[in-house]
Amino acid sequence: MLVVVSTALAVGIGVPLGVALTRRPRLARPVLGFANVVQTIPSLALFGFLIPIPFIGGIGARTAIAALIVYALLPILRNTHAGIASVDPAVIESATGLGMTKRQRLWLVELPLALPVVLAGVRIATVVSIGLATIAAAIGAGGLGVLIYRGVAIVDHRLILAGAVPAALLALAADAGLGFAERRLR
Amino acid sequence: MIEFRDVRKSFGEARPVLDGLSFSVAEGETLALVGPSGCGKTTALKLVNRLLDHDSGEVRVFGRDVRGEDPIALRRRLGYVIQEAGLFPHWSVKENVEAVPRLLGWKQAERHARSEELLALVALPAAEYGERRPRQLSGGQRQRVGVARALAADPPVLLMDEPFGALDPIARRSMQKEFLDWKRRLRKAVLLVTHDLREAFRLGDRVAILDRGKARQTGTPREILAAPADDFVREFVSDELPGAPP
Repeated sequence: MLVVVSTALAVGIGVPLGVALTRRPRLARPVLGFANVVQTIPSLALFGFLIPIPFIGGIGARTAIAALIVYALLPILRNTHAGIASVDPAVIESATGLGMTKRQRLWLVELPLALPVVLAGVRIATVVSIGLATIAAAIGAGGLGVLIYRGVAIVDHRLILAGAVPAALLALAADAGLGFAERRLR
Repeated sequence: MIEFRDVRKSFGEARPVLDGLSFSVAEGETLALVGPSGCGKTTALKLVNRLLDHDSGEVRVFGRDVRGEDPIALRRRLGYVIQEAGLFPHWSVKENVEAVPRLLGWKQAERHARSEELLALVALPAAEYGERRPRQLSGGQRQRVGVARALAADPPVLLMDEPFGALDPIARRSMQKEFLDWKRRLRKAVLLVTHDLREAFRLGDRVAILDRGKARQTGTPREILAAPADDFVREFVSDELPGAPP
């Protein structure tokens, strides 16, 4: 499904980028600010904007995935940055003082300690993406949104609900599942 | 084991943090660096394991200038204990103690044997405490795990930055007693930083009193008490140890 692919890709981009921002504090503000601005673009408009762009654009699922990545990126990026920045400085100092390389410190100490916060970001991103994915039907990406649009077009409430209820349940299930994983890690 | 020669370090402000600091720590000896906050004692300690680098002068460890050493390899040969212990909260007590041996690639059996030995030394038997998380321990217990972790790879030198500073007076007193006991048994060179002169006198074979980035006086507690080098030392000692001979 659209959301799985886009969220996975957003994690793939957002987590390394969030880590990079903790290493370059001066870049953190502008980059997070830019991600915030992007977040405010209405989703339908963003889908529309992407259509004429070569390679990622066009009609269909690929465009929708690109747009969903953009939206999922901010919470993941922000939480990765915040999660790593919130690790106790005494822990960082002792990790360094014991002779960990930067890479060891990241993988053995910083990422594991930031993981619950990162996962909270993934959870927000997933839930937001499920909602947005229904709108992606407008640019021919398919999915449950198709049922909703069709229902709106022919004023058939049952058809709207047939799309909306599963989408809502999906969002709730994803939220509960990731919330459970997050608590397990704390 | 550790030698400072006319070391200077500044962080860009007008007044340097270290302004010609010299001292040395011999094998098996404990030197306590003591002084008011801002005197540069913690900065001096961090120059030894290259968490910071000095501007000029010489810092030698194991007879070699630290600037020629690989910081990662150097740190693994220097035990390091800090105030809040800085234990890894997501690892068990045992995993914390085994951190450096793991970085050094010891075999699992050797690592376990070592952590059991050390946890016994700090009176936290592995069978009872090994699987606990740091947050399940008291402040004093955490600090002991911090000491065990620093000793894990058997470094000849131990750096301690206010190791008992966060403890209540009772826990602090008992940790100090234990420290003297470990010291007798292990014969490590220890560089200890504290703001508490009483602690410095109790734990240090020799004490260096720092002020504004310089050692005002270095000597045994007896020497310092008997003949303070200048007014600053005299005043510092009488403020910190009321009732001591003037």
